[in-house]
Amino acid sequence: MSTTLGLYNYWIVIFLMMVGLYIVIAHPNLIKKIVGLNIFQTSVFILYISMGKVKGGAAPILDDAVTVYSNPLPHVLILTAIVVGVSTTALALALIVRINEAYGSVEEDEIHDQDAPL
Amino acid sequence: MIAANLPALQVVIPLLAAPLALMLRRGSLSHLLALLVSVVSLLISYSLLQAVLTSGPISYAMGGWEPPWGIEYRVDAINAFVLLIVSVIGTVVMLAARTSVAAEIQEKKQSLFYTAYLLCLAGLLGITTTGDAFNVFVFLEISSLSTYILVSLGRDRRALTAAFQYLIMGTIGATFILIGVGLLYMTTGTLNMLDMAARLAPLTDSRTVQAAFAFLAVGTSLKLALFPLHLWLPNAYTYAPSMASAFLAATSTKVAVYVMLRFFFTIFGVEFSFDVMPLGIIFMALALLAIFAGSLVAIFQDNVKRLLAYSSIAQVGYMMLGVSFATQTGLVAAILHLFNHAMMKGGLFLALAAVCYSTGGTSIANFRGLGKTMPWTMMAIVLGGLSLIGVPLTVGFVSKWYLVLAALEQGYWPVAVLVLLGSLLAVIYIWKLVEAAYFQAPDEGAVVVKEAPLSLLLPTWILIGASIYFGIDTNLTVSAAESAAAALLGTGVQP
Amino acid sequence: MIASEMLMAPEILMPVILVLPVIAAILIRVTGNNPNLRETVTLITSVIVFLLLIPLAAEVLSGGRPTLILAEPFPGMPLQLTLEPLGMIFALIAGFLWPITSIYAIGYMRGHHEENQTRFFMLFALAISVTLGVAFSGNLFTLFVFYELLTLSTYPLVTHAGTEAARKAGRVYLGILIGTSVAFLLLALIWTWFLAGTLDFIPGGILEGTASPAMLSVLLLLFFFGVGKAALMPFHRWLPAAMVAPTPVSALLHAVAVVKAGVFTLLKVSLYIFGPELILGLPVTEFLSYLVAASILLASLVAMTKNNLKARLAYSTISQLGYITLGALLGVTGILGGSLHIVMHAFGKITLFFAAGAILVAAHKTQISQLDGLGRRMPVTFAAFTLGALSIIGLPPTGGMWSKWYLLQATLETHQLVLLATLLISSLLNIAYLLPIPLRAFFAKGNTDQTAGIQEAPLLCLIAISITSVMCVALFFFPQFWYELASMAVR
Repeated sequence: MSTTLGLYNYWIVIFLMMVGLYIVIAHPNLIKKIVGLNIFQTSVFILYISMGKVKGGAAPILDDAVTVYSNPLPHVLILTAIVVGVSTTALALALIVRINEAYGSVEEDEIHDQDAPL
Repeated sequence: MIAANLPALQVVIPLLAAPLALMLRRGSLSHLLALLVSVVSLLISYSLLQAVLTSGPISYAMGGWEPPWGIEYRVDAINAFVLLIVSVIGTVVMLAARTSVAAEIQEKKQSLFYTAYLLCLAGLLGITTTGDAFNVFVFLEISSLSTYILVSLGRDRRALTAAFQYLIMGTIGATFILIGVGLLYMTTGTLNMLDMAARLAPLTDSRTVQAAFAFLAVGTSLKLALFPLHLWLPNAYTYAPSMASAFLAATSTKVAVYVMLRFFFTIFGVEFSFDVMPLGIIFMALALLAIFAGSLVAIFQDNVKRLLAYSSIAQVGYMMLGVSFATQTGLVAAILHLFNHAMMKGGLFLALAAVCYSTGGTSIANFRGLGKTMPWTMMAIVLGGLSLIGVPLTVGFVSKWYLVLAALEQGYWPVAVLVLLGSLLAVIYIWKLVEAAYFQAPDEGAVVVKEAPLSLLLPTWILIGASIYFGIDTNLTVSAAESAAAALLGTGVQP
Repeated sequence: MIASEMLMAPEILMPVILVLPVIAAILIRVTGNNPNLRETVTLITSVIVFLLLIPLAAEVLSGGRPTLILAEPFPGMPLQLTLEPLGMIFALIAGFLWPITSIYAIGYMRGHHEENQTRFFMLFALAISVTLGVAFSGNLFTLFVFYELLTLSTYPLVTHAGTEAARKAGRVYLGILIGTSVAFLLLALIWTWFLAGTLDFIPGGILEGTASPAMLSVLLLLFFFGVGKAALMPFHRWLPAAMVAPTPVSALLHAVAVVKAGVFTLLKVSLYIFGPELILGLPVTEFLSYLVAASILLASLVAMTKNNLKARLAYSTISQLGYITLGALLGVTGILGGSLHIVMHAFGKITLFFAAGAILVAAHKTQISQLDGLGRRMPVTFAAFTLGALSIIGLPPTGGMWSKWYLLQATLETHQLVLLATLLISSLLNIAYLLPIPLRAFFAKGNTDQTAGIQEAPLLCLIAISITSVMCVALFFFPQFWYELASMAVR
């Protein structure tokens, strides 16, 4: 598992993280930014969950026949983080709705142009 | 029974009060609840500080689950002090909030303001009280989300974009902290801060730990608005409602500095952070840049709220400079400035809220002639400004003194000179305000301006008065900072 | 009996003297609508303050050094008042000249129909309180606190007129004074604390052996350029800029209080922080003294080119302050001479400024070229001017001769012939730019159209001018008291 290919979960995490950050930075559309943020946060979720898996471990449900369990704690942490992520997305989307009402657009550059001469 | 549960109550009371404030439709009732809760938080913080000063750190197991598996709330010299700062500022701002919020926010949204404020207060208090690394992230997000709401309630539509930009950057920062905590959990197997510190000691060669260090450094720097990760701050403070700016400017970056201190001094330890990893150099360089960039940009601002926001960026630079020395005096300077800046900036933003209330705006043009029409408010702004400059007998001078002393102790001559030069820049932008207020007559056809109401003046003068008082009688603040600094530096396994 | 004795205890008198002008300021504000009542408050308070200084002087002369700690912001660095001879000298001239200047100011402000007189007298009282605080300072930290407060409290007086020009002058004033004090003086202060562990004023100095001569030289430079109020070139621009203020402000504050606070600080630093012997032994002292000499000569030369009377007097002040600064670098005799010069120059310069203001009020003239023949119309004013000028030049029968004497002696003792020559040349330059003014006023053929209808200055102004010019002469015959105090300080 310690070979480079064996650490495939981390590669996926890094890939998603970079994709997410790229979308946040590069796309002017506000909704797409939020999508990018979500992808970025998801990569972190995968990081946590994948680190919780113990080699040869069973699902963390108490059973006399099982000797090695996977770690349930990261799952708990991620549940919290998912909730945080959902709240953030909800808040962000609400802000976007208000921004759309105020500016008539959800494109960052158009919004910026409307504010610039003020 | 209550006394034993104080650490938990500190966070739970504001948290439970928040939905209550939402249910009370009337703005004035929500405000009353918020004020009450703030006062109760203040009393709890004060008793926690007393307890810590007399009998040492308090450890509280949330839900009765023993640490390091359960979540531990641990109050020691450092966070008791920060708790006090947050609750004092919260109370004073709430005293002033009624008038200002009523003027700036529509009636039907006022209870939303107080709800968000209570959530933010709960979040900030939670970050400060907790002894669990993941718990920090949770409360960080609670306070951040409520901060985004507070900012978005501003009158100007740019408040919305400011809140959105803050949301994006703040979430990235918090997620970086989450990554850092995750990596630390991966290597140590625990989330309890003290347990983590003990287990990390032999692991410092691991690349994972170093990666965690980097992520945490970037994440916390973003939250405390260290140059160049400060871009969210000017817009957020400028377009937020005046009371939100006052509360946030005086608390949010301070708590972020506390988080940074916790991670790098308590958990990673001062040897790893500063001797093995080049945190000292990085922080020093960025802090100096912050001081100069912040002050220089402030000079050219026309909107006074934005001017003070950039000034805050410079002041965060001073705090981080003290931290970068990683010595007793340096940390004392940084922690002292935590407290002092909260007093100064809180008072200045409250005075600015008064100006906004009476004149309808906060640009330099609104300041013309205020020396005559709003003498008490202007006097408060002048005194706060003198404190920013660092005139003796104000708190700003005390922080500067320790900072320069810390630099001299290390032999960093250029740094000492730069700190003093940075203060001179503050003279320029403060004097812009003084000249506009005392030397220029109000514009033709401007609104006739009266002095601010007592509900705004009194809290302003409480904070400004404190910034003068604690500049003369520094016993309380310096001794608290000294014990906090000693605790941070002498960290290892704590009994 | 016991109560009044306690009340007269020096430790109580010191804070009382500091607080009285503040109370006066409040009373002035309150009685603002009744000018005569308001002026009475000023006059009575200033006289009381001076009278209260007398027992303090007696205490100091008999060897007492009353001390009072006000607060302790930093552990080991209290806000402390300690009276010693040098501080007593400064306090006495400030305390004596406040009532005199108040008398003058009343005449001037009314004669000139100035606005915002209440604000003026209020701020004046506050500035005096702070000046006395400088004089009473017991350690360098306290001195710094009052020094900064002095800058801030005199700023509104400098910008009193509220015009664009006043505002610009205020910026120069504040910029240079706060700039030098924060960038250099504060650094020097913290560095001294770091080296010596204390900032107390101890005879013989506290810095002996704490650092290498090179480091101490840098520290000395930081102090001398950090005290912007001493107007050492190139940080002198604030003085001519401050001339935009009403003349009573220029007279008391910028001929007496503010500038004297500057050179007073330098003398205290030389005497009690470095120690005269240490300074003489530092490598940079000779270089620094040449810089000061250059400042003295350049300022005199510039003074000669100025046609505006107040500007000429401002540059003369810069030059004269250089004398005291030079004295600080020339050992014990130099410090003695410098201390005496604080007194002599104060009386001489204030007379000159009083005269300038009187000319402005009575004849509406500011340029020297316009003063021909005016002396015949305003004989008292110009006679006083002559006496003040003689004191500045340092000729008998005026007191200025004594301070010059000791300064010249100091240059001889330290074998600094260049400095000796500087002082002598400067005296010649003083003659060149000061004496022609009264001579032409009395003897030149004036333009009778211009001078017709001009009367003497208001009575109150004349009273003030007469007192100070008589004091210039009196100081020639009776300098012993000041000499006593000064030599006590340097012993």
